[in-house]
Amino acid sequence: MSRTPLDTVEHAAATPDVELPWAELGLKKDEYERIVEILGRRPTGAELAMYSVMWSEHCSYKSSKVHLRQFGEKAPENDALLVGIGENAGVVDVGQGYAVTFKVESHNHPSYVEPYQGAATGVGGIVRDIIAMGARPVAVVDPLRFGAADHPDTKRVLPGVVAGIGGYGNCLGLPNIGGEVVFDACYQGNPLVNAGCIGVMRHEDIHLAKASGAGNKVILYGARTGGDGIGGASILASETFDDAKPSKRPAVQVGDPFQEKLLIECTLEAFAEKLVVGIQDLGAAGLSCATSELASNGSGGMRVTLDDVPLRDSTLSPEEILMSESQERMCAVVEPEKVDRFLEICAKWDVIATVIGEVTDGDRLEIYWHGGKIVDVDPRTVAHEGPVYERPYARPEWQDALQADDAGKLPRPQSAEELKAQVLKLVASPNQASKKWITQQYDHFVQGNTVLAMPEDSGMIRVDEKTGLGVALATDGNGRYAKLDPYTGAQLALAEAYRNVATTGAKPLAVSDCLNFGSPEDPAVMWQFAEAVRGLADGCQQLGTPVTGGNVSLYNQTGEAAIHPTPVVAVLGVIDDVARRTPVAFQEEGQLLYLLGDTREEFGGSAWSQVVHDHLGGLPPKVDLERERLLAEILISASRDGMIDSAHDLSDGGLVQAVVESALLGGKGARLVVPDGLDAFTFLLSESAGRAVVAVPRSEEVRFNDMCGARGLPATRIGVVDGDTIEVQGEFEVTLAELREAHEATIPALLA
Amino acid sequence: MARVVVDVMLKPEILDPQGQAVQRALPRLGFEGISDVRQGKRFELEVDGPVDEAALARIHDLAESFLANTVIEDFTVKVESEAVVAEASK
Repeated sequence: MSRTPLDTVEHAAATPDVELPWAELGLKKDEYERIVEILGRRPTGAELAMYSVMWSEHCSYKSSKVHLRQFGEKAPENDALLVGIGENAGVVDVGQGYAVTFKVESHNHPSYVEPYQGAATGVGGIVRDIIAMGARPVAVVDPLRFGAADHPDTKRVLPGVVAGIGGYGNCLGLPNIGGEVVFDACYQGNPLVNAGCIGVMRHEDIHLAKASGAGNKVILYGARTGGDGIGGASILASETFDDAKPSKRPAVQVGDPFQEKLLIECTLEAFAEKLVVGIQDLGAAGLSCATSELASNGSGGMRVTLDDVPLRDSTLSPEEILMSESQERMCAVVEPEKVDRFLEICAKWDVIATVIGEVTDGDRLEIYWHGGKIVDVDPRTVAHEGPVYERPYARPEWQDALQADDAGKLPRPQSAEELKAQVLKLVASPNQASKKWITQQYDHFVQGNTVLAMPEDSGMIRVDEKTGLGVALATDGNGRYAKLDPYTGAQLALAEAYRNVATTGAKPLAVSDCLNFGSPEDPAVMWQFAEAVRGLADGCQQLGTPVTGGNVSLYNQTGEAAIHPTPVVAVLGVIDDVARRTPVAFQEEGQLLYLLGDTREEFGGSAWSQVVHDHLGGLPPKVDLERERLLAEILISASRDGMIDSAHDLSDGGLVQAVVESALLGGKGARLVVPDGLDAFTFLLSESAGRAVVAVPRSEEVRFNDMCGARGLPATRIGVVDGDTIEVQGEFEVTLAELREAHEATIPALLA
Repeated sequence: MARVVVDVMLKPEILDPQGQAVQRALPRLGFEGISDVRQGKRFELEVDGPVDEAALARIHDLAESFLANTVIEDFTVKVESEAVVAEASK
């Protein structure tokens, strides 16, 4: 190769005037100047590569950091939290010696460019985060948002994303147990593909990402490193250093789930034999991230020889190797006497493993290439001391007008017939329709521990076969609510996920979030972000469920048009015995239907206002977190004591949507009576929060009523499970067959 | 009638799990000396009428929009001589 001269640290010091393409790598002028100041000289090309990826928005959280601090500052006291924010994923104690780790991340942009591979590698990335904590992944969930359901591009993006998630997860043998699918024109061109994973381990097996102990070896294992996802680095390579290289590197990575499966088994076996001091998965920013984070979290420095990295493409430059986002790679720190055994395990699993460096007793991260030192930095300045921005934010001018455009003033149905027609239109609309066509492409039951999966309120996985201990996970987010009021919208997402977990009988414990927003350089978007984070942090404090980690995805916008602010909240809960779970489906005719909570006239951001009037305005439903907590306690007690046989939370689409879903899933109808003080329209379609509908066996009615009365939770008898129609007395009746046709035909007709 | 062949290969920098699986299997089966394998797809299109520039342009279009996923794949279009077609069909 004719790379002369190699841009070593020495060379950089001797040639201070060489211009580097910092702007093309996404750095601002002051950021580049800061790097020069930190180093006391110009950076080498390799150093610039590292700083530029690690100081990117995605890795450094430079715009969001000042707000995210609230999750720590307002974190409620919670004995269950074993590992909090800052690690690869948070860890929660679920009892009986078990700990659970879970996290949600975004893979939005790659999934738009190449839907199948983008979504597939999103699953792969979150699974590696979970194994890096020492846990065995047991389930995945995927909250998805696409443009309008009837837009031609949705038909390109959605099937690819769904196939990618299904393909990767199925190959790994991981059940997909939850998530959502939402359509809204605001996500056209910016689909949101979020992915979550749950992992289980024993308390003593928790592992943290750090490199301590001079002399310990740094081992890179998994796939070879290729030119994936290094669009930016090619600028360094081709224009500044070597013009002969292919100029366009794709930003797309292709995953190999079978390699990932080997990585899971190999990593867990190494953990089980206590061979690992520290570990880090390679995701965004690849080796730059893994080496600088491992080194800065440990006590010493690190020396790495880049020539030892196994390559798929021998023409890669050192800058490209450092920035490559090749999938299915991990980095472990291992004591010298255990290296042989570690390599043996990797060989057994057919995983390539190579010692690429060692921990030193200094405090520098040094990287060598062809004998020259090309990186010599303080790893903390790369990994943790990146720029922090106090970006200006301001409540947008249009917010008042939007909130004044009250959905309560929209024309309501004038007759029972019109009400029936609107209900049918609602349950058939893409957002309210059955997502079976999508979710049945995923394997829900592989591994045999899935207790609940879509379309239940939350996914549930059995953790211990003997005791029946299980965990539940629900993800929720409503961009329409958040657009109307980001603070309340974020709390509504939290409240809904919390309620969904409790509805299945599990006790909510902790939160992870994936915050999807537009450009932070727009003060209006930044205000939405700040408000949403404040709302979520306040809400978590009040509910006693700490945020254990998560992910921020900014710049989800095309031109001036940002997506709706979309905080997606995942709540994890624990249930002592999964046999006590409460399903959504009606179980037995004759059981009594109770509506828990208060129903008000709340239609701002509602499904009805969207489906019937294509309207978004007014205020979202009010949030009462104390009420949510009480409702959850009642739902959990009722489940544990066998007082309810089915339960469904009320959210978008209101009561009628919930009853239709329970009826169709159970194959049993319902007779409903509009309670005193409510009109049929509000009763059926309002989206007031803090509500659920439960089916109570007649033998339990007194006990259930006594419990709600004693705790002060409004419980209104609204009907009975019966027949093969849904009848709203004095209003209308519609057969389950007609409802099923409306509810289940929509998505296949649009996308199949 | 002439045959036009479209070869679709993953771009060189894109991971090819199938090719790697084949490459790893080779030494186990006693075939030494192969350091890398890339696997692709070959489409043989039987074209009605003459294969002129217009026809090739059409095939290029269909290859670009349908046969290949140009985000991750490259393709080549080549005309096989009619003699070869005749030979193959004997």
